[in-house]
Amino acid sequence: MDLTKIASLGLSVGIFCFVVWLVRERRLREKYALLWLCTSVFVILLTVSRRILEVAALAIGIYYPPSLLFLVGVLFLLLVAIGHSVTLSRLSESNHNLAQEVALLRKQVEDLKEESKKG
Amino acid sequence: MRILAIIPAYNEARNITAVIEDLKSFRGDILVVNDGSTDETAAIAKSLGAEVVSHPFNLGIGGTVQTGLRYAYEHGYDMAIQFDGDGQHRGDQVFKILELVQKGEADLVIGSRTLPGGYKMGITRFIGSRIFHCLIRCLAGKAIHDPTSGFRCYGKKTIRLFSRFYTDDYPEVESIITAARNGLRVVEVPVLMRGRLSGHSSITRRKSAYYMLKVTLAMVVDAMRGRDLVGES
Repeated sequence: MDLTKIASLGLSVGIFCFVVWLVRERRLREKYALLWLCTSVFVILLTVSRRILEVAALAIGIYYPPSLLFLVGVLFLLLVAIGHSVTLSRLSESNHNLAQEVALLRKQVEDLKEESKKG
Repeated sequence: MRILAIIPAYNEARNITAVIEDLKSFRGDILVVNDGSTDETAAIAKSLGAEVVSHPFNLGIGGTVQTGLRYAYEHGYDMAIQFDGDGQHRGDQVFKILELVQKGEADLVIGSRTLPGGYKMGITRFIGSRIFHCLIRCLAGKAIHDPTSGFRCYGKKTIRLFSRFYTDDYPEVESIITAARNGLRVVEVPVLMRGRLSGHSSITRRKSAYYMLKVTLAMVVDAMRGRDLVGES
């Protein structure tokens, strides 16, 4: 086993464990953890067997296998980032609605309090 | 007809008294929507007899106006006017924007500074307004000369629509498209306005490029949407 293999294996196993730990500490939802666990498993697979990458690259006509890795990696991260923007938009929308709801409810509570004081 | 005056206010303690005083001839209820001010805006408004709704934190002008419209919708108001908390809008001009909605001839009335009888605006604002004017004409087939004006009157249908769909930041121009797309009648009337009493425009020169891009994108995308289904009753 060469040094790059060991480093790459160590890194992906490390990420795998880190994600599991985050879930254990309730700092990461399972829903999102799944994505990163699958990613690290995928990287582990690629490290263990270089054949997978070589066969896949040749099959779609890429002659330098690592560039397939970069391509897939960049596309994957791009999609993840867009996904996060969508989530962020949804969250800010609900945050916005909640703030308005809180404001209106607080006003209602104040009005009711005043009414009951008078009555 | 029950009318609500919505005053969006963020740290307007210095202006709010004059603004509410200015509306004393207004026959309707006054609601100050306090957008997470850190000063005495809410307390002052309350002491002057206005209704006050306070956001737990700053939401921006769009969210603030929308809270007012939601309040109007929940309390069954027939009309609402937007009257800015910085003192730019004049109480003696309110009747001008009310009239057409009252008569049932418009659903959204925009008080305009550029029509004959209005006043001159700065050059940057003028250019921006011209661009939006053209965009609105392309996208909604309407000629609105002062689309960024926040001096507005909302009819019942508009209150219902906007209490559901209204943008957080820089909502004025986009909301015209939203209204037109939903078959609401948008009309512009000339009004007089003041220079601001104190404070600065929320749109600085640096932000204005972003403002133009953001609003243009929002308008184009909004025009691509279908009719919004807001509980027709």
